[in-house]
Amino acid sequence: MLTKRIIPCLDIKNGRTVKGVNFVDLRDAGDPVELAEIYAKTGADELVFLDISATEEGRRTLADLVLRVAEKVNIPFTVGGGISSVEDVDILLQNGADKVSINSSAVKNPQLINDLVAKFGSQCIVVAIDAKEVDGEWIVHLVGGKVPTELNLFDWAKEVEERGAGEILFTSMNHDGTKNGFANEALAKLSTDLNIPIIASGGAGKISHFTDAFTEGKADAALAASVFHFKEIAIKELKEELHRNAIPVRL
Amino acid sequence: MKIVIIDYGAGNIQSIKFAIQRLGYEAVLSHNPKEIIEADKVIFPGVGEASSAMKKLRASKLDTLIPTLKQPVLGICLGMQLMCKSSQEGNTLGLGIFDVEVVRFPNTVKVPQIGWNQITNLKSNLFKEIKENEHIYLVHSYYAPVCKENIAQSNYALDYSAALQKNNFFGTQFHPEKSSLVGERILNNFLAHIN
Repeated sequence: MLTKRIIPCLDIKNGRTVKGVNFVDLRDAGDPVELAEIYAKTGADELVFLDISATEEGRRTLADLVLRVAEKVNIPFTVGGGISSVEDVDILLQNGADKVSINSSAVKNPQLINDLVAKFGSQCIVVAIDAKEVDGEWIVHLVGGKVPTELNLFDWAKEVEERGAGEILFTSMNHDGTKNGFANEALAKLSTDLNIPIIASGGAGKISHFTDAFTEGKADAALAASVFHFKEIAIKELKEELHRNAIPVRL
Repeated sequence: MKIVIIDYGAGNIQSIKFAIQRLGYEAVLSHNPKEIIEADKVIFPGVGEASSAMKKLRASKLDTLIPTLKQPVLGICLGMQLMCKSSQEGNTLGLGIFDVEVVRFPNTVKVPQIGWNQITNLKSNLFKEIKENEHIYLVHSYYAPVCKENIAQSNYALDYSAALQKNNFFGTQFHPEKSSLVGERILNNFLAHIN
């Protein structure tokens, strides 16, 4: 049976992990490769590296980082952040990324999704969508949720699927950082409306939130950062609890 | 041991090269027929779309070379699908090594299948010391139905071939190079226990 995936997300700036991590066993807490190896060994199903470098130099460092991750890590990983062209994607995939995620660049130029799918295949193109519920309507936002667009979440998600994306990473800006649980209603609607996998993001605070994202939210995967980095939730215990709740996971 | 990964411009081959390195072997990337023929083990990777990958194989004449190889050959993901008779993806003929037609998953499930699924009915030395129901990583929209060349099965909406074998030709729908310790063992079996 296909299992539900647990995905730690690492924020990267100039080739280093940004958010504080609380792993005493790390020699270098800022080294994404070392952190990725630990996650791979402790049961993560997949990893996401989100580059928040603002400079060209930072981006070049990202391509090197992808190569170093591919060398050491034996589970799949996705790279996102600032990707805006076929050339950007080509170098990241060539260096060993399994998937790339695009966000703002897809909103600004939706044809990019088609172009990437035609060249690299649906299976490696993830479209990340940040959305906020404003007066009962889910509106797509850009720049980490700061800038609203005219797009409705569900319309945009449908278009993304029709253009050939293989997967959607949905972050609820209302839930992100709150540790109060995922946006399960919106997730369930996405999962029902669309026929591609949905990754839930934003709001993980405790183990039961993941259970809810998979049951009520019908998500195919759940992503989180700080609860894993600060060891508030151990992936092994999380998956054992999901298993006890009859949610299929890889133990 | 000389290991060649066929480089025909389709896919993420660094990951396979690195996975082989982690097992203590070295692999070279090549599209040179002589180098491929002389290798002890050949890996035939592939991600992307089937008909465009077949065009690349034809352009480099690898489509006629690969079926004549005598050493163990392992097709991975799209590589395995291209070793089949045909694929519904872009309506293309394949290399015709495995006598099975690759078709799309029904829309009763999400397509592509992305993630970790289980393998059962394990039949070959490729799965030496691998237990039934172990998890492996897959990402695909098309599948090879269960057939006589089947050496491992998986289930997504229906039973399908997770791995195929005919004589010296092996194929896995899953990515051993991305399937954690289980995948590493399977890859190691191909390198160390298949002759």
